[in-house]
Amino acid sequence: MAIVTGKQVGLTGNSAIAYAMRQIDPDVCAAYPITPSTGIIEEFSSYYADGQVSTELITVESEHSAMSACVGASAAGARVMTATSSQGLALMWEMLYIASGMRLPVVMTVVNRALSAPINIHCDHSDSMGARDSGWIQLYSETVQEAYDNLLQAVRIAEDPRVLTPAMVCMDGFITSHAVENITLLADGEVKGFIGDYKPGRSLLDTDNPITMGAMTLQDVYMDFKHEQSMAIAGAKEVVVEVGSDFGRRFGRHYGLMECYRLEDAEAAIVVLNSAAGTTKVAVDELRKKGKKVGLLKPRLFRPFPYAEIAAALKNVKAVCVLDRADSMNGFGGPLFSEVRSALYGLASVPKVMGRIFGLGGRDYTVEHSTAVFEGLYRIIETGRMEELTGYLKS
Amino acid sequence: MATLKELAAKDELFSGGHRLCSGCGIPPIVRLLLRSAGSPVVATSATGCLEVGTSIYPYTAWRIPWIHSAFENAAATISGIESAYRAFKKKGRIPADKEIKFLALGGDGGTYDIGFQALSGALERGHNFLYVCYDNGAYMNTGIQRSSATPLGSATTTSPAGAKRPGKQEWRKDLTRVVVAHNIPYAAQASPHNWRDLEGKARKAFNVAGPAFMNIISPCPLGWYSKPEDSINAARLAVDTCYWPLYEVENGILRVTYRPKEKKPIADWFKIQGRFKHLFKPENSHLLDETQKRIDAEWQRLLDMDGKAVF
Amino acid sequence: MKKEKEGERDVPPGGVIREAGSAHGYSTGGWRKLRPVVDSEKCTNCLICWVMCPDSAVVVKDGKMIGFDLEHCKGCGICAAECPDKVKAIKMEEEG
Repeated sequence: MAIVTGKQVGLTGNSAIAYAMRQIDPDVCAAYPITPSTGIIEEFSSYYADGQVSTELITVESEHSAMSACVGASAAGARVMTATSSQGLALMWEMLYIASGMRLPVVMTVVNRALSAPINIHCDHSDSMGARDSGWIQLYSETVQEAYDNLLQAVRIAEDPRVLTPAMVCMDGFITSHAVENITLLADGEVKGFIGDYKPGRSLLDTDNPITMGAMTLQDVYMDFKHEQSMAIAGAKEVVVEVGSDFGRRFGRHYGLMECYRLEDAEAAIVVLNSAAGTTKVAVDELRKKGKKVGLLKPRLFRPFPYAEIAAALKNVKAVCVLDRADSMNGFGGPLFSEVRSALYGLASVPKVMGRIFGLGGRDYTVEHSTAVFEGLYRIIETGRMEELTGYLKS
Repeated sequence: MATLKELAAKDELFSGGHRLCSGCGIPPIVRLLLRSAGSPVVATSATGCLEVGTSIYPYTAWRIPWIHSAFENAAATISGIESAYRAFKKKGRIPADKEIKFLALGGDGGTYDIGFQALSGALERGHNFLYVCYDNGAYMNTGIQRSSATPLGSATTTSPAGAKRPGKQEWRKDLTRVVVAHNIPYAAQASPHNWRDLEGKARKAFNVAGPAFMNIISPCPLGWYSKPEDSINAARLAVDTCYWPLYEVENGILRVTYRPKEKKPIADWFKIQGRFKHLFKPENSHLLDETQKRIDAEWQRLLDMDGKAVF
Repeated sequence: MKKEKEGERDVPPGGVIREAGSAHGYSTGGWRKLRPVVDSEKCTNCLICWVMCPDSAVVVKDGKMIGFDLEHCKGCGICAAECPDKVKAIKMEEEG
């Protein structure tokens, strides 16, 4: 719960998300408990029990039903939210595609946690990376502040009539979800003004204009629907930028597609998502003091993947290490590595790119690890040789 | 009690031109359901014959708002829709005097089996909706595979009438009883051949406050290996043999709503269906006998409970 | 979002069908091998055929059974089978 110091409030990631959900006051929330996202729904349930939200809370019997109820409610024209982690997201998998295919702007917080087996409740990105091709927008958050800000923006992005695509906001389990950070909250009125009302273009509850949703499509049109959906999510990139700029104008915290940290003149760079970016920044600062030109690229938007912008940001770097907190189990590194490396392919001068898996199941990632990665990148720059393209970070 | 003339005067909310099989038992059920609600209905269907047959893009047989989401989640989907309705009512986005009824439809596969958890959860949470299972006793949409609703001895593509295992070897799940154990305000079994009984039950089911459930036998010429014109008669025989007793449990009190004048032997129902053909071979007569014994016992149990509290 | 891609057909986002009951425009009459024929002299307008029809293909006007919607009738024969024994006003005939 909240620790207030001046304008800043000390909140855990889960509390900040629950607070944002209270401010958003969705029409329907359907959720099921799972560590480490449970706290979000517990706190939201308290707001509900105390009458602080007008939401209908559905405490379903599984995550599959959570997302199914979200789909039903969203098809009825409601603003809908939920939260989950790990196995819960895995159980929702079928429904993720149905939410996005039906173009329902459900907003979900994913508190990143490893997938079984073996069972592990701690952070990695196997869960949300497993859902990366489900047609959901994915925003990643380094800090509690970013998670809070991303959730508010996700509502507007998802509901934008040009987008109409569900969105997940990811933050690291325990590291972000359970750690107290000082953050700045918006006033309830500011949130309401920023997100506006959701005006659905269709609703199952409009019984005077009955619609059919979820129809069976055959070879003649299925591909056209997928094509239309594909263009909508690709177009969401512009809306993410637009909404991020408006958020910055209003509240002073600016958001784009990614954060580039001391990257302008960098020779060696790390690309990493979520909280590990914070650790990496410390290493960057220390190495910069020693005269090393190192930098960081932290993608904020992973779906759709801003390949051109990432390539432009890395085009002058000599060597890059992409750190993945998930293994694609394909013998070729993690998903972020594959996509960043692919994005760089069209450059006139392609940096050397290696991939390292790190931090699975909550394994620590320290400044020392980050420094060692940069040292490895410098060896590549100096020798021109990369000994290992992909592998696990030694830890 | 509505007459057929009164029912026929109401709007046809389920159009022709759907792709369900000739002689399918599902449409007469749905047509009656939609006429019994008394208010606008919003419906969802689990994946299955009804869903596929009525919604091949860009065609829809539905003249009410309708959604198909997935196979196992009709009850969860309707939970979400009904919750949105309550939220909108609270916020004045739907006028206070406007009433909408919520209907979830699933076959036996989508209800007894894969959708069972979602159904149980939605019943426990007390959403105001009617769940209707059209029970044709197998996964007909995927080509007649056994479900937990398939009768003992029935041949399906995954319980074929083999030399060693002549059809399904297990007794069916009594889902209606399981649903009754949820202590919901209304649960019933019905049959399309008895339209008056079905329509009256549906009217009650739509109008109770809280969840209601109807299990309705739905003849399937494809999977029962029966003649399309025999579909309604097949439902009648299921009831007259007491394989499919018509009864309801209203606020905990059980009532048998139909007693056959002359209870027919189960063989009368079996013999018009190819799926039971092998049971008439001498070596399989024990399955026929076992079925008859159990049906007799369960019918007697129901008669003993008639008019009494179920718990 | 953008609509300039070649070969793309304009489809409603999410596959929504806005025309309620559009299946009425789809003919299933061709499935039929036998055609129902009613003898209106015999018909008592009990409407059992109407309520049992799987294809919403028995036409009722002002409480009277006036014939069949042959665009949708699949010829299952339930109407003829269920027409009460004392009436038997419907016969199934070979499609010509």
